[in-house]
Amino acid sequence: MSDVLTVQGLTVTVRDKTLVSEVDLTVGPGERVGLIGESGSGKSLTALSVLGLLPEDVVASGSVRLTGVDHDLIGADERRMSRVRGRELAMVFQEPMTALNPTMRIGDQIAEAMLIHRTRPGRGAARSAALELLERVQLPSDLMRAYPHQLSGGQRQRIVLALALANDPALLICDEPSTALDVTVQALVLDLIVKGVVARSSALLFITHDLAVVATVCERVLVMYGGRVVESGPVGEVFTNPRHRYTQGLLAASDLDTADRRLPTIRGNVPAAGQFPSGCVFRTRCPHATDICAGTPEWTGPVADGFACHHPAEPVSSPRLPAGGAHA
Amino acid sequence: MRRLNPSLVAGGVIVGIIVLMALVSFIWTPYDATFVDPSIRLAKPSWEHWFGTDKFGRDVLSQIMVGSRTTLFVGVVAVGVAAVIGVPLGILAAMVRRWPSEFIMRANDLVLAFPALLLAIMFGAVFGASTLTAMIAIGIASVPSFARVIRSGALQVMRTEYVLAARAAGRQPWPIAVRHVLPNVTSLITVQASVSFAIAVLAEAALSFLGFGTPPPTPSWGRMLQESQEFLFSAPRLAIFPGVAIAIAVLGFNLLGDGLRDRFDPKLEDRR
Repeated sequence: MSDVLTVQGLTVTVRDKTLVSEVDLTVGPGERVGLIGESGSGKSLTALSVLGLLPEDVVASGSVRLTGVDHDLIGADERRMSRVRGRELAMVFQEPMTALNPTMRIGDQIAEAMLIHRTRPGRGAARSAALELLERVQLPSDLMRAYPHQLSGGQRQRIVLALALANDPALLICDEPSTALDVTVQALVLDLIVKGVVARSSALLFITHDLAVVATVCERVLVMYGGRVVESGPVGEVFTNPRHRYTQGLLAASDLDTADRRLPTIRGNVPAAGQFPSGCVFRTRCPHATDICAGTPEWTGPVADGFACHHPAEPVSSPRLPAGGAHA
Repeated sequence: MRRLNPSLVAGGVIVGIIVLMALVSFIWTPYDATFVDPSIRLAKPSWEHWFGTDKFGRDVLSQIMVGSRTTLFVGVVAVGVAAVIGVPLGILAAMVRRWPSEFIMRANDLVLAFPALLLAIMFGAVFGASTLTAMIAIGIASVPSFARVIRSGALQVMRTEYVLAARAAGRQPWPIAVRHVLPNVTSLITVQASVSFAIAVLAEAALSFLGFGTPPPTPSWGRMLQESQEFLFSAPRLAIFPGVAIAIAVLGFNLLGDGLRDRFDPKLEDRR
């Protein structure tokens, strides 16, 4: 079976600045793929490009194909895109407090998601389907008549999830869906997301900066830095045996098993958008960088399981080299 | 229940009294407002005529009451015209791309730069002086302020995640305008309407004073003021009663507008 989502050579620019460059990614049917990286690494822009929802002067090029859609999503006009969005492709946004229209009742908003694409025959059918969706996300049915301000953040995020799953999309994109929620609610929302996509055999593209969340939700992961994918592979492999130095640093900084020492950090800051160095985007912050890093590193391995680094970490399961270790 | 703010209450009460006065005038006034009785010309206020009579012996209180109908009619028509044109224009300007939006707003500035009274006088000269033409002119002159306020509100709404989410759900632009943008700028429309109402009331009074507004014999506060001119020293009350009525009406609608703004905008309320 072919992939649900195929992104090839996705480049996003604003005026003369490149924000995302040459991103390749695929999501298989029913597969749950994580996209991780710091703020400003281009994760959200990648997602918005897939949906065709970039701001007016931000331009995407490359190719984005979705199964069941006979045209490229890049450059498709608003009318064609609006038939795809919410139908084959749905999105859950980060901020649940503002993702619902404050002037519409919850039930109407969920029903509307189905009526837009006429996936239910009429208002009545859409309402009963909305009621069922509400039940699926474990919310009481009397919320149908509530307004968004009467709900908590976690409840709203579950409504947003119900909205996104209303038309059984082939692909669900979640952009930091649990970041704005507190930890207990987070677990519930993540669980509902996974259950929701599994029940519909939908694919999931999950964007986050939280490595623990990726580990629980996803099967495969892509690490982004500076608008590029720097490493990809199965979650277990990338997390236990990172090859790219950025992934290594990211994991070390998230390692909570550091009772007796300071938490290691990646030195420096993420450069401002469009200000990344040429060659390897990580070289200005990388402890292993040498002269050859001025050249763009080649991708090593298959697209779904590889990395782009001139000085990759050793592919061993023995204890890693200490950070900032001996190298040239 | 939140504590009501004083300007909302005061504005609401004043506007309520004017509306009540207009409604009562349909079924009862102390005298026929247009009945001429030369035997009691320029009578002073008394138990028979609370506000006295004018130079034709007409009862001033009755005229003020009937005149409030003109005032409200004027406001409703002018605000209606301004809102029906200005609101869609503002939303349109917020939703289209940069250049068409610039074009709409610059055309808007052009109308804004044109004096409202001059426009009304031109309309009066071309289509004949009547309350309605004056009001349509005032309405058109009020379009730019509506369009501006609504555009800025709509721009804010367009940046919210629920509009992005609606687009992500496959909503097309025009349904988004009607279902998501319009309901979320209604508070702005209400505030702007009450402020424009006050401006329209004042404009009608000015036009009637100049003879381009409500033609006789329909009572109008502005024309009462004009007719009182020759008696400004001998019977100043003839100017004072309609003048105070105009001032109170304008104040009432302005207070109502301020009160509504405070109520709808929690950020402003916090600051006090």
